[in-house]
Amino acid sequence: MRELIGLIAFIPLLSSVALILGAGRLSRIVIGCLGVGSVGVAALLTAAMGLDFLANPEPFQVTLWTWMQVADFAPGVAIYFDGLTLVMMSVITGVGFLIHLFSTEFMEDDISYARYFAYLNMFVAAMLILVMADNLLLLYLGWEGVGVCSYLLVGFWYQNSANGYAARKAFIVTRIGDTAMALGLFLLFTELGTLDIQALGVAANAKWQVGDNMPLLACMLILGGAVGKSAQLPLHTWLPDAMAGPTPVSALIHAATMVTAGVYLIARTHELYLLAPIAMIAVALVGLTTSLMAAFTALTQRDIKRILAYSTISQIGYMFLALGVGAWSAGIFHLMTHAFFKALLFLSSGAIIHCLHHEHDIFKMGGLRSRMPVTFWSFMIGSAALAALPMTSGFFSKDQILLQAYQMHGIGPWLWLGGLVGALLTAIYSFRLVFVVFFGQANTEPDKHTGWRMAVPLSLLCVLALLGGWIIIPVAEVFPVASDHHPAFWVEAVSIAVPLIGVAIAYLVFYSRQLRLEGLVKAPLMQKIQHFWFSGWGIDWLYDRVFVKPYYGLARVLKSEPVDALYNLIVRVNQSLNHWLSEGQSGQMRRYIASMVFGLIVLLAILVGVL
Amino acid sequence: MEGLNIPLNHILLVSSLLFAIGLLGLMIRRNIIFILMSLEVMLNSAALAFVAAGAHWGQPDGQIVFMFILSVAAAEVAVGLGLVLQVQRRFKSLDMDNADRMRG
Repeated sequence: MRELIGLIAFIPLLSSVALILGAGRLSRIVIGCLGVGSVGVAALLTAAMGLDFLANPEPFQVTLWTWMQVADFAPGVAIYFDGLTLVMMSVITGVGFLIHLFSTEFMEDDISYARYFAYLNMFVAAMLILVMADNLLLLYLGWEGVGVCSYLLVGFWYQNSANGYAARKAFIVTRIGDTAMALGLFLLFTELGTLDIQALGVAANAKWQVGDNMPLLACMLILGGAVGKSAQLPLHTWLPDAMAGPTPVSALIHAATMVTAGVYLIARTHELYLLAPIAMIAVALVGLTTSLMAAFTALTQRDIKRILAYSTISQIGYMFLALGVGAWSAGIFHLMTHAFFKALLFLSSGAIIHCLHHEHDIFKMGGLRSRMPVTFWSFMIGSAALAALPMTSGFFSKDQILLQAYQMHGIGPWLWLGGLVGALLTAIYSFRLVFVVFFGQANTEPDKHTGWRMAVPLSLLCVLALLGGWIIIPVAEVFPVASDHHPAFWVEAVSIAVPLIGVAIAYLVFYSRQLRLEGLVKAPLMQKIQHFWFSGWGIDWLYDRVFVKPYYGLARVLKSEPVDALYNLIVRVNQSLNHWLSEGQSGQMRRYIASMVFGLIVLLAILVGVL
Repeated sequence: MEGLNIPLNHILLVSSLLFAIGLLGLMIRRNIIFILMSLEVMLNSAALAFVAAGAHWGQPDGQIVFMFILSVAAAEVAVGLGLVLQVQRRFKSLDMDNADRMRG
């Protein structure tokens, strides 16, 4: 049984290769069966593996083969399986399967049906390699693999050059983080002599003390990689643009799985982070500022997918906050529940977009409640979970994060307060979306209705988003035990009340319109702030000025080859000298004579003058 | 002293005048025969200066050098006329401006 674990990653990979090789020869039915079936088989195998593991919770390691051997460095293609791996694999194959099924209807009319499923299967395979890897090198392979698939899928509709631009942006910005991460891996290898994750933890604890500089440096470099992949400040700008891809892709890659890879990486290397408390505070602060910034931005957006993208950034910020305060299992728990409800939200928005002639602007929707009931209830449940209303899955995970943040020594209560503000904003923007899209005046008439291949994944995800909070993830063995101490009652009460207040505000402003904000919104200062938030706090503008424009300028200067100019000057001087001297060789005797006479006269004049 | 008594300066003046005429001819004439003639004039102007100087100081050297110059001029004419024939044969003209194949 355990030897078969490699198959879970190889089946989607094989299917992807088959789809690429058979493109144009396979019928749509076969493509759909291959694409969805391979992930389905992987999900079944994962479930079997999970049941086996829960019955006998013993982590194990399988080495498939030695990848390469250079002196005493011999990384294997090896799999490490424990509770954390199981949670990640279940999310990837389970949610992945539902999204694949949804895609068969969403992408029905697309010409590049086979290409789509080939990329999507390749992504699942790479993501599985990422979470199953026993050493950081194999993890890095999966890490780059998902990056490439993300690039290919964001630019899936490549005929539109804006999509290609978004794909390039996603690829290049994450590459900045990946460079930092590669440096971190080099540092760990030179310092500790291994990249096996389990061995790293042992070696680091043996060699370093808590608070040393080396683990701090390594952790900050790894954090750089995580920040790039998980779209946190300051490398978050690629995610809103990555919404250019098909919506199921946004659900799978840019909400449920790939963007949470950074969270997984930090959780996986938590033994290093425990040695560097400053790095953990950095993780928490990055998470909190990102989550607040993205929440404010989401308040002002009009494009349904961009709102969800900023909300993803904000929620991953929460996960980072959890990791930073040492609430490892709460962070992973939120990763899982977020995968459920955010995939649900993206798929519902995909259904809306699919049925409304690819309309993205929420103010052109409206009144969809009665006409798209399945989608409405899915979206409602997803938003409730996102806003962390009591008893939904998001409530349990977010509550755990906030409470554990509160208990952190020192800045804990401040982090808790920031998290609360974020939770309030989350509730407001998610229910703003619900009230604007599904209630009020109908502005567009849907021209299609959702079929069973859309309805089934939506309903299953609804169940998960509602009840996912009751799942107990088997990560107790993986992470150090968090303090079981319960904070004061009022802290819990406030944490529960805040999302409800947010929903109430959204109701008053966007539904019953009893709270009229027009006067406030129209004020010049508010207009400016709104514009600032809408543009994502001007960070794209800033990067354009600080990095892109100067780079273009430099490229333009270098295009004329300024270094070669010096050598070209020497050449040109020589050429003109040559021209001038060869002019003197006219071959005409009379001119030679004349110049001799002239020289003689000059010489005589000098002699006479001198003497 | 017998005969004419012409001051040396006058003779040198005539000599340099002749030299200048020859030089000018060398510079402005294009016909190779005239160029050779101009050369003869220049040689003779130098010879005149030598003879006059020899006579002035009562030394025979001036006349000896004159003999040298005569023989040089004879040799020069022999070679020069050979060149004239070659120029005429190759360029079908006596214009020295046509003979500029050594142009750089």
